[in-house]
Amino acid sequence: MHLEVANLSKEFTTKEGNVSALKNVNLHIETGEFVCTVGASGSGKSTLLRLIAGLDYPTSGKITVDQVPVIGPGRDRGMVFQRYTLYPWLNVAKNVEFGLKLQGIPKAQRRERVSYYLDVVGLTQFRKNLPKALSGGMKQRVAIARALACEPKILLMDEPFGALDVQTKESMQQFLLEVWRRTGTTILMITHDVEEAVFLSQRIYVLTARPGTVKQEFQINLPENEQGARSYHVKTLSDFQRYREKITQLLRDSTVEQEVMVG
Amino acid sequence: MANVSVDNNQSQGLPPTIFWRIAEDIPQLLQWGLMAISIIIPFFLWWLLASFGTVEDVFLPSPPQVAEAFGHLWQQGHLIQDTAASFLRVVGGFVFAAAVSIPLGIAMGTFASIRALFEPIVGIIRYMPAAAFVPLLIIYLGIGEAPKIALIFIGTLFFNTLMIMDAVKFVPKELIETTYTLGGKRWQVLFQVITPYVVPNIIDAFRINMATSWNLVIVAELVAAEQGLGKRILLAQKFLKTDEIFACLIVLGLIGFLIDLSLRLLFRVWCRWAIK
Ligand SMILES: Nc1ncnc2c1ncn2[C@@H]1O[C@H](COP(=O)(O)OP(=O)(O)OP(=O)(O)O)[C@@H](O)[C@H]1O
Ligand SMILES: [Mg+2]
Repeated sequence: MHLEVANLSKEFTTKEGNVSALKNVNLHIETGEFVCTVGASGSGKSTLLRLIAGLDYPTSGKITVDQVPVIGPGRDRGMVFQRYTLYPWLNVAKNVEFGLKLQGIPKAQRRERVSYYLDVVGLTQFRKNLPKALSGGMKQRVAIARALACEPKILLMDEPFGALDVQTKESMQQFLLEVWRRTGTTILMITHDVEEAVFLSQRIYVLTARPGTVKQEFQINLPENEQGARSYHVKTLSDFQRYREKITQLLRDSTVEQEVMVG
Repeated sequence: MANVSVDNNQSQGLPPTIFWRIAEDIPQLLQWGLMAISIIIPFFLWWLLASFGTVEDVFLPSPPQVAEAFGHLWQQGHLIQDTAASFLRVVGGFVFAAAVSIPLGIAMGTFASIRALFEPIVGIIRYMPAAAFVPLLIIYLGIGEAPKIALIFIGTLFFNTLMIMDAVKFVPKELIETTYTLGGKRWQVLFQVITPYVVPNIIDAFRINMATSWNLVIVAELVAAEQGLGKRILLAQKFLKTDEIFACLIVLGLIGFLIDLSLRLLFRVWCRWAIK
C-alpha cells in the first residue's frame, strides 16, 4: 500500500468569497504505518481526509493509492467519522456486516469475518444490541470494526475520539493501538489533540491554517513493547514530552500569526 | 417594586413541581387519571346540558338517546354497511396515495434534481383545497366509488410527499458517506440507508394525513353516495334525527382513534430503534 498526496489544493466557493482550505499539501503513507495529522480548527484536516476518501474533489493536485488515482469513494479506503456513525436500525453485528453485504460477499464468509472483528473490538457479547443502547466509546468500536471488516488498504479516521470523555478516550487509544497491532492495518487519523497524536503515531504531519498547509513532519521514535505497540508508560518519558512541547508550540505560533494577520 | 418578589424567588431556585414538569414524564397514576378526565368531563357536561339545560332534545340529544339511535342503526344493519363503505374508500384512496408518495417523497428528498422537477408544482397544487376538486371529479369520474377514492388520493398525496421529502433531509450526511466508503453504490444508499431511515417518519406522516382522509370521505359522501357515514349524516339531517348524527360522529371519532392507535402500534413494532 502506498498513498501519495501531491500538491493538493482545495478551494471552497462561498457567498463571502473563496476559502482556501488546503494549499499544496504533500504527504505519503506506507503499508502498516500509523500516521496522525494534527492542526488547529479550520486548518483543513477534515477536508484533507474527505479528499483522500474521495468524498470531495480537489481543486488541483493528485491523490493516488498504489499508483491508481482516487476518483471517488471506494472500499479500499475505510472511514470512521466522529458522529452519526452507525445505522440505528441495525444491531451491532448487522452494522459490522453491512459493508460485506453491500459488496455481495457470501453469507458464510460474512459470518466468519463479523465474528472475527467483533472479537477484535471486544463486542461479541453486545452483538444483538441496538446502537441506541451503546455508550459513545462502544459506538466508535463498532464503527471501527465495520470499517475493518471490509479489509480496506487504509483506515481514515476524522477525530474519532473527539466526542468522548477523557477516560474513555484513553482506553480507546490503547484499544486502537491493539487493533492496529493485531490487524496490521494502515491508519491515517486526524486529531487536534497533540498528546493523542504523539502517543499513537509513528509519524505526524502538522497542518497550519489559512491556507491549510503541512508546516512540518515529525518522525516519532518512542519505545514499543514486545508486541510492537506502545503502552501508557511512554507518556512519562522525556522524549514524549519533548515531541508534545514542540508540536504544541508550532501550533501556537501559527495561531498567533493568524490572529495578527486577521487583526 | 414588583421586582422584589421576583428576586426572592430566584434566590431560592426553581420550585419543584409534578404537574408542570417540562419535557418530563408524570407519574403513571396521574397520567391515567388525567386521560380519563379528558373523556369523562366533556361527556358529563354534555349529559348535564342535555338533561337539565334549556336546549331542546331535537338539537341536543342526551347520551341515552344517542345510544338508542346507535342501537337502531346497528339493528337495521346501516351502521356496519356505512362504516365499511367509508372505511374502504379511505383505505383505497390512502393506499394509492402512499404508493405514489413514498417513492416520490424519498426521491425528492434524495435527489436535488428530482426535487427541482417536482417541488414547484407540488407546492402549488397542495394549496388547492382538495374539496374544491369534487365537482371536477364528478364530471370526470361520475358518482361511483372512483371520484371518492380520487378525492382522498388528491387530498393526501401532496402532504404525504412533502413530509417524507423533509424527513430525508435529516438523514445524516456521515451515514451516507460511510456507506460509500463501505463499498456502497448509489442505489444501495437509496434503498438500504435512506429508505429504512425514514420509515418512522413515513408512519408519522401517515398518522397525520389519515385525519385528512376521514374529513374528505365525508365531504365526498355528502355530495353523492349510496352508503357511507357521511351519507347517513345527511339523511339524518333531512329528518332532523340529531341523535343519529351524534351517533355517526362518535363512530367517526372512534374509528379514527383506532386507526391512529394501530399505526402507533405498527411504529412500536417496526421501529423499535427509533423509540427514544
Ligand atoms: N463545504 C464547505 N464549504 C465551504 N467552506 C468549507 C467547507 N468545508 C470546509 N470549509 C472551510 O474550509 C476550512 C477547513 O475546514 P475543515 O473542516 O477541513 O477544517 P478542520 O481542520 O477539520 O477543522 P475542525 O478542527 O474544526 O474540524 C474552514 O475554513 C472551513 O470553513
Ligand atoms: Mg474537522
